Amino acid sequence: MMSDTGQEREPSEPGDRRQQATFGELLEDSAEDLYENAPCGYLSTLLDGQIAKVNTTLLKWLGYRRDELVGRRSFSDLLTIGGRIYHETHFAPLLSMQGEIGGVALELRAADGTRLPVLITSTVKKGADGQPLLIRTTVFDARDRRAYEQELLRARQEAERERERLQEVLSILQRSLLPPSLTNVPGLQTAAHYHIASADQVGGDFYDLFPLGPDRWGFFLGDVSGKGAEAANITSLIRHTLREAAVHDSDPVGVLHRLNTAVHAQYRSHDPRYCTVIFGVLTRDGDGFTVTLASGGHPPALLLRGDGGAAYLHTPGGLLVGIMAEASFTAATVRLALGDTLMLYTDGLTEARTSREADPMSLYGEQSLLDFATGLAPADAATVITAVRQLLAGFGEGLDDDAAVMALSMPFSGGHAT
Amino acid sequence: MDISGVRARNNVVVTGRDDGPVVMLSHGFGCDQNMWRLIAPDLARDFRVVLFDHVGAGRSDLSAWRRERYASLDGYADDVLEICRELDLSRVVFVGHSVSAMIGVLAAIREPNRFAQLILLAPSPRYIDDDGYRGGFSHADIDELLQSLESNYLGWSAAMAPVIMGNPDRPELGEELTNSFCRTDPDIARVFARATFLSDNRDDLARVRVPTLVLDCRHDAIAPPEVGDFVHAQIPGSARRTLAATGHCPQLSAPQATLEAIAAFASTAR
Repeated sequence: MMSDTGQEREPSEPGDRRQQATFGELLEDSAEDLYENAPCGYLSTLLDGQIAKVNTTLLKWLGYRRDELVGRRSFSDLLTIGGRIYHETHFAPLLSMQGEIGGVALELRAADGTRLPVLITSTVKKGADGQPLLIRTTVFDARDRRAYEQELLRARQEAERERERLQEVLSILQRSLLPPSLTNVPGLQTAAHYHIASADQVGGDFYDLFPLGPDRWGFFLGDVSGKGAEAANITSLIRHTLREAAVHDSDPVGVLHRLNTAVHAQYRSHDPRYCTVIFGVLTRDGDGFTVTLASGGHPPALLLRGDGGAAYLHTPGGLLVGIMAEASFTAATVRLALGDTLMLYTDGLTEARTSREADPMSLYGEQSLLDFATGLAPADAATVITAVRQLLAGFGEGLDDDAAVMALSMPFSGGHAT
Repeated sequence: MDISGVRARNNVVVTGRDDGPVVMLSHGFGCDQNMWRLIAPDLARDFRVVLFDHVGAGRSDLSAWRRERYASLDGYADDVLEICRELDLSRVVFVGHSVSAMIGVLAAIREPNRFAQLILLAPSPRYIDDDGYRGGFSHADIDELLQSLESNYLGWSAAMAPVIMGNPDRPELGEELTNSFCRTDPDIARVFARATFLSDNRDDLARVRVPTLVLDCRHDAIAPPEVGDFVHAQIPGSARRTLAATGHCPQLSAPQATLEAIAAFASTAR
């Protein structure tokens, strides 16, 4: 210390002297006392875990006398049984391999049987020759932290239960938007599949098949914009409107006009919504069926021929339903003969990512679907749906949207609803 | 599944003498093949050493994990046999630590001709006490472990943040790998813990037809000496050695003695 500054200050500032005296007392604080009464537990063990040294803080926390632990017990004796297994299978091997391990949550058993949640950090002390000598461990009281973690755990479990409940409600809602089974049409085999992308949301795809008269049936398959509760609401409106309109209007284009008016009126003001849909009418026609269908912006239906081969039924120019007050739709007519299958699908199928190596973002696409159908034909409705299910499963993570598929066929062997 | 599939699935590592007898080292519940790092290099001088990670552990392919397959020890035994088959191993000296001892027992019962010897390191066929049998734990203890896994992993998840890197089998990189040897997805660890601590393989022991060494530790909280006595008594003609070691992992706490015991027994294989 420089004497001149000392001389300047000492007489003039008596407060400083008091402060120095205070520091002096602190500096007298022995390393021994610091060890014994530190605000954390200290524990040193031999390599086999036998306790060699323990500080007063930890003894107080656990309610043991020093002579009850030192030389008599090992560290793992202080753990709960679960903690002991954990110690043997994780902690000790890691410590041995790494020479240190930190932030491990364990519980210690106090002399009276109560449990003390702690956070443990251990290091291996090595001798001059590099050989491990003993293990030094610090123990932090983690009661508050553990209580907080328990709260988090409880909250997480509650959230999981809520989520399960929500999923159950959603799956009931989803089922209510789809027919429980497709209407039986004599001579026709029908099958459908709905892949739901997420159990946490109601999907936006829909389909149905229903009788219109003794030899006439209506059917539709479509996709509304968005998902969730609002999508469920518009899906319900669409199903209701299509079934209703089909009774009053025998022309599929007319039915789509009625649907467009209803959706546009309902949703134009606050929250514009729309859908794509194919609506069709099946009419028995001798030994086959005539199918007339109209499309509102929906991907084209596929026809798999009984004599092999497949082709899209294009309905060009059809607009999305519900966007404009006035929309135009186009119709197509096809005859379903023995062995033929009509397949309708939503774009969840054609827009699945195929993760080809050359282009990980490439989509499955309409050409691939046509090739797929060509490879299948001739195939009845059940066969087509089974093959599509396998195709969808093969997409794995690439299939992130809902996908609905419906197939109607005139099987060689006579039809059943499935 | 082809060779590369099984190799990748179980992160199979083959070292040592190509023409040496095969020693397969199988780790237990908790960590991965790094458990053998102190003895594998020495074994590699005389033997062809096959190391692997059980699916769900270490650098195994986690996408291959299936709850149904790995909820019982049979699934792990299937994996051991698949590794043997795909690497075309025969006359295998199988060294199974902890729960892998019973995995080896199951594999050897199924395909006895595949194995020359079993070395059961700190084995236990049943951890829970039963009428007249002392496994060392009660049902409540194991339930406590399973419950405490849930809360312990909250503490562990921070400590065991995944460390992505290339070569955990190279010990010189060890320092970079904080806690990664024992990192396990908590869901997987729970299923493996149940398979380990709730299995009862006592009746399987008498069906072992492969020369067997029961190698345990004098002080082991998980597999106490009485359990070693039981395993030795139940496996016909088995040999028994108790290491003067403390803890459940003698390959780490007493590597030299463990190495010598394994090498001495394995060199008697025919």
